[in-house]
Amino acid sequence: MSTIAEKFYSMDYGLAPEDPKEAVSWLDRHHRRFGLFIGGAWRKPSTGEYTPTNDPSSGETLAEVALGTVDDVNAAVAAARKALPAWQALSGHERARYLYALARQVQKHARRLAVLETMDNGKPIRESRDIDIPLVARHFYHHAGWAQLLEQEFPGYQACGVVGQVIPWNFPLLMFAWKVAPALAAGNTVVIKPAMQTPLTALAMAELAQEIGLPPGVLNVLTCDDNAAQALVEHPDLDKVAFTGSTEVGRIIRKVTAKTNKKLSLELGGKSPFVVFDDADLDSAVEGLVDAIWFNQGRVCCAGSRLLVQERVAETLYAKIRARMETLRVGPPLDKAIDIGAVVSPVQLETIRKMVDAGVAEGARCWQPSAAIPEKGCFYPPTLLTDVHPAATVVQQEIFGPVLVAMTFRTPAEAAELANNTVYGLAASIWSENINVALDLAAQVKAGVVWVNCTNQFDAACGFGGYRESGYGREGGREGMLEYLTPKWLHTLPGAPTEADESGCPGSLAVGDPGEDASEDESGAATNPPTPSLSGPSIDRTVKQYIGGKQARPDSGYSFQVQGRNGQLLGEAPLGNRKDIRNAVEAARNAASWAWSSAHNRAQILYYLAENMSQRRDEIAERLARVVGEEQAAREVALSIERTFSYAAWADKYEGAVHNPPGRNITIAMNEAVGAIGILAPSEAPLLGLLSLILPAIAMGNTVVAVPSERYPLIIGDLYQLLDTSDVPGGVVNLVAGRPAELAKTLAEHDGLEAIWCFRSNEEAAFVRAASIGNLKQVFTNDGRAYDWFNPAQAEGRWFLEHATQVKNIWVPYGE
Amino acid sequence: MAFQPIAGINNGARTGGSVPVTLNGRALEANRRIPLNLDWVDQVRANTSAVERRAATHVTRRTVKKDTQAAWLLRAIACMDLTTLSGDDSTDRVRRLCAKARNPLQRDLVEALGIEELHLTVGAVCVYHAFVETAVRALEGSGIPVAAASAGFPAGLNPLAERVAEIHRSVEAGASEIDIVITRAHVFNGEWQALYDEVAAFKDACGPNIHMKAILGTGDLMTLRNVARASWVAMMAGADFIKTSTGKETVNATLPVSLVMVRALRDYAERTGYAVGFKPAGGIRTAKQSLDWLAMMKDELGRSWLEPSLFRFGASGMLADIERQLEHHGTGRYSAAYRHPIA
Repeated sequence: MSTIAEKFYSMDYGLAPEDPKEAVSWLDRHHRRFGLFIGGAWRKPSTGEYTPTNDPSSGETLAEVALGTVDDVNAAVAAARKALPAWQALSGHERARYLYALARQVQKHARRLAVLETMDNGKPIRESRDIDIPLVARHFYHHAGWAQLLEQEFPGYQACGVVGQVIPWNFPLLMFAWKVAPALAAGNTVVIKPAMQTPLTALAMAELAQEIGLPPGVLNVLTCDDNAAQALVEHPDLDKVAFTGSTEVGRIIRKVTAKTNKKLSLELGGKSPFVVFDDADLDSAVEGLVDAIWFNQGRVCCAGSRLLVQERVAETLYAKIRARMETLRVGPPLDKAIDIGAVVSPVQLETIRKMVDAGVAEGARCWQPSAAIPEKGCFYPPTLLTDVHPAATVVQQEIFGPVLVAMTFRTPAEAAELANNTVYGLAASIWSENINVALDLAAQVKAGVVWVNCTNQFDAACGFGGYRESGYGREGGREGMLEYLTPKWLHTLPGAPTEADESGCPGSLAVGDPGEDASEDESGAATNPPTPSLSGPSIDRTVKQYIGGKQARPDSGYSFQVQGRNGQLLGEAPLGNRKDIRNAVEAARNAASWAWSSAHNRAQILYYLAENMSQRRDEIAERLARVVGEEQAAREVALSIERTFSYAAWADKYEGAVHNPPGRNITIAMNEAVGAIGILAPSEAPLLGLLSLILPAIAMGNTVVAVPSERYPLIIGDLYQLLDTSDVPGGVVNLVAGRPAELAKTLAEHDGLEAIWCFRSNEEAAFVRAASIGNLKQVFTNDGRAYDWFNPAQAEGRWFLEHATQVKNIWVPYGE
Repeated sequence: MAFQPIAGINNGARTGGSVPVTLNGRALEANRRIPLNLDWVDQVRANTSAVERRAATHVTRRTVKKDTQAAWLLRAIACMDLTTLSGDDSTDRVRRLCAKARNPLQRDLVEALGIEELHLTVGAVCVYHAFVETAVRALEGSGIPVAAASAGFPAGLNPLAERVAEIHRSVEAGASEIDIVITRAHVFNGEWQALYDEVAAFKDACGPNIHMKAILGTGDLMTLRNVARASWVAMMAGADFIKTSTGKETVNATLPVSLVMVRALRDYAERTGYAVGFKPAGGIRTAKQSLDWLAMMKDELGRSWLEPSLFRFGASGMLADIERQLEHHGTGRYSAAYRHPIA
């Protein structure tokens, strides 16, 4: 029988290899050896050492790339610094031209880049050709637009400066684009370190940048080992570090950069839920899973790796999944009809194997399709693990392989609970034909990206990034641009006071007599005892902690003396300790429904707060005057009232956006509250500074645990009376007086807080950053600057609101 | 591998019909009427955007090259209902079509491909009732079945009795396959019992040995959910095949519509153990499109649905393009349409 007749009967798929000729000849033209791209030129690594990069599907070495060293890192950063002034001096339009040229170059060389990506990474050519590379071009186009519109759309902002970027191996060129495009569009210069498993396309892009005449030093591409990479992120001359990779490494980067005021964005791991309701289009949901967990061999930070299916349809869905898995084709990634290619390295393959074995050991039922996988190369079959439970390792930890774990739920509430039962919060996919059900869960799920009836959709206009330990910062869209910009005024501010200055200020912490707290008067209304009037001693004024809407004595049972500007005793403040913080965080978490109250309601309460402050302005100012003088006290109170009005106004106006990415869908970019926020207030304006931080947080629906400055902690006595009388729900604002430096530790380490804001000394900011890595809470500080709290242009508005919110992008396709 | 023929379905030994009808390892029987189950109709879910996305990547996930591509194109010919359904059809035109059906490829091409032993013909010839006799006579001895677009094709709005009578006449004239068209209004109005009764009446008129294809008129039904619901009712009423379109609608066979129908017949097979065939028709003109559909059938349903017993293309112009592609395969040169005998 002729071969064609045989094939006519068998109807198998034959081979359909993509011809790698062009990519191979490109490698050959470079003699299969690549240097470092620094200052617009290729140079040898200072040690002369190179390291191979392999094709994971065959194990063959594709090329050798330079092993950069710390010296090379220094050279690259210096080149970027040198290039910065000229690059920033260009108009937005001029930078737009370069980005446009890069977009065009990507399109012109799309196939070579796609083939190179597949050879180096192991992902199927279909994906690199149809998804990765087109998204790369789209990203450069979109950001050419931001460069063009920068001055109009981001007035008052400027580029961070020199940016260090470290990217992973799962989407080598796409991550390069996500990092480089916004950085350059905003006017930064870049040193980027590609993953050493997959450096080739970044190097190819460096060459394209050279070809379009991108000014030398604007983009530096540096292959190097981990040691030099660490030197890069720690480099003192960087203004910003951006990292995509594992949560583990993200923590290290947060820690090693803690002492500096480098801006930091982290896009980390995930264990994203894929929720299927009983009214979903199950066949489409199965295809969604294929795009979720069997996309790029599951090596996707936002992979829908945790299937949650409504009990009633679980067995039906599992059967459909298994049937579909049988038709997934695993094989050489350059074959055009392959669904699952190779895993990036033998190390990664071993990790996947071990995790699946561990899952089975913990009781999971493992199912894999019958088709054989190639014996040579790093291949792992698509895998379904059922009979797993939330406590199982494979449910909690990221596998980064083609492994799906599946569990059931009974009700939408349970779906939300299970979906959020993770330390991560990158993405979620929700399948239901009932838009009420789908959007209800979309709102509840803690994730930066939510896909309704779709999955793994990306677009340059739609922000991408995580909640919780999936990192912070967004890539794409307006919010992504903001990661590479800072307010211009920030750079003009003087340095913040050092710790030495702070301890020298009045109101130092002298622990007073821990004796009986005489007054049970909860109103706290009184004058200050140390200033007796002619008619006799006034009634003692008692200030307590304010936790969960109630005044509470400090757990320590101690108070400390607070002195005025002339050294006179103003009164005694409760000395908070870690248990007070614990209780306050508990109260703040219990008040989380504040985020669900309507923006109008929050605005009303803030207006009312301002009204009540206005009623008591004189008495508040009078007491404050003893610390800051009459003139400042009057200004602080007046501005506090105004600022409260301002955030009442913002409460229902700091709104999200609706994006129109390609395809028939809308993407709703919602500004959501971050959660519970710890606040360490500045001392220079004891009332205004404290309120300038509390107000934007609560206006956006966050709850706070705020520690007033040691200079005048008694202010909380005034504040809680206002809060109580203004209908601020208990637990929304919690006030704990004490030694800020001590309380900062408990706050920064508390896993119940989603963010910590520290507007104090550089030392305290560094401490807070380093201590925040437990749950990778978002950190907002004064960047070592002394804010002018009396200047609304600096001390209120969008800059604060941006930090008080995180953007959730909900993708909603439509059409019948 | 023993082949168990499905009663009433032409399994076309010429096309290598040695494939048991199975789905995910389960052996299936030919479809037969089952009671109307409205729950199944109600449970229909078809998310348009998601279906469209899947249909779009079906095309990009699979491709066949070289000899495999040639073999697949031959498969497309074997599964083709070579069709003429025009107002200007004439007996000579139908005879010409039948001659092409017997020898869809030029002899030199057959020899170049080394496929003489396949004795390749198309799956069937599809004509209006008026030309059934002509076609039957022209195809005598070839084993190629004649399909009649009957029952008031294409609008299907004649009185039911007349449509049933037309089916009887088509069968009497020698048609072994009948393509009927449903009343689309039953779908718009959710008159599932009426739709079921109509399709059942047509199938009764056909009798057990005539292979009935139910045209849903998907271009008229407009929504994918309507398509899925109509598919379910037609299958329960005993249709041997469900077919997308008349070819007369503004939009005819599309991959998303096909995907929804194929998923419905897969679920139906899983629930009942009965196999229903699928026929996309209208708008399929290129060799590349034929490969897209074949890959969809293979991936969604498996090898069994690559047999003419369970899969047909309704096409007229596609054959010419396939011939050109096959000639290119043989010679390495791109061919021109005029070099191949027209149908």
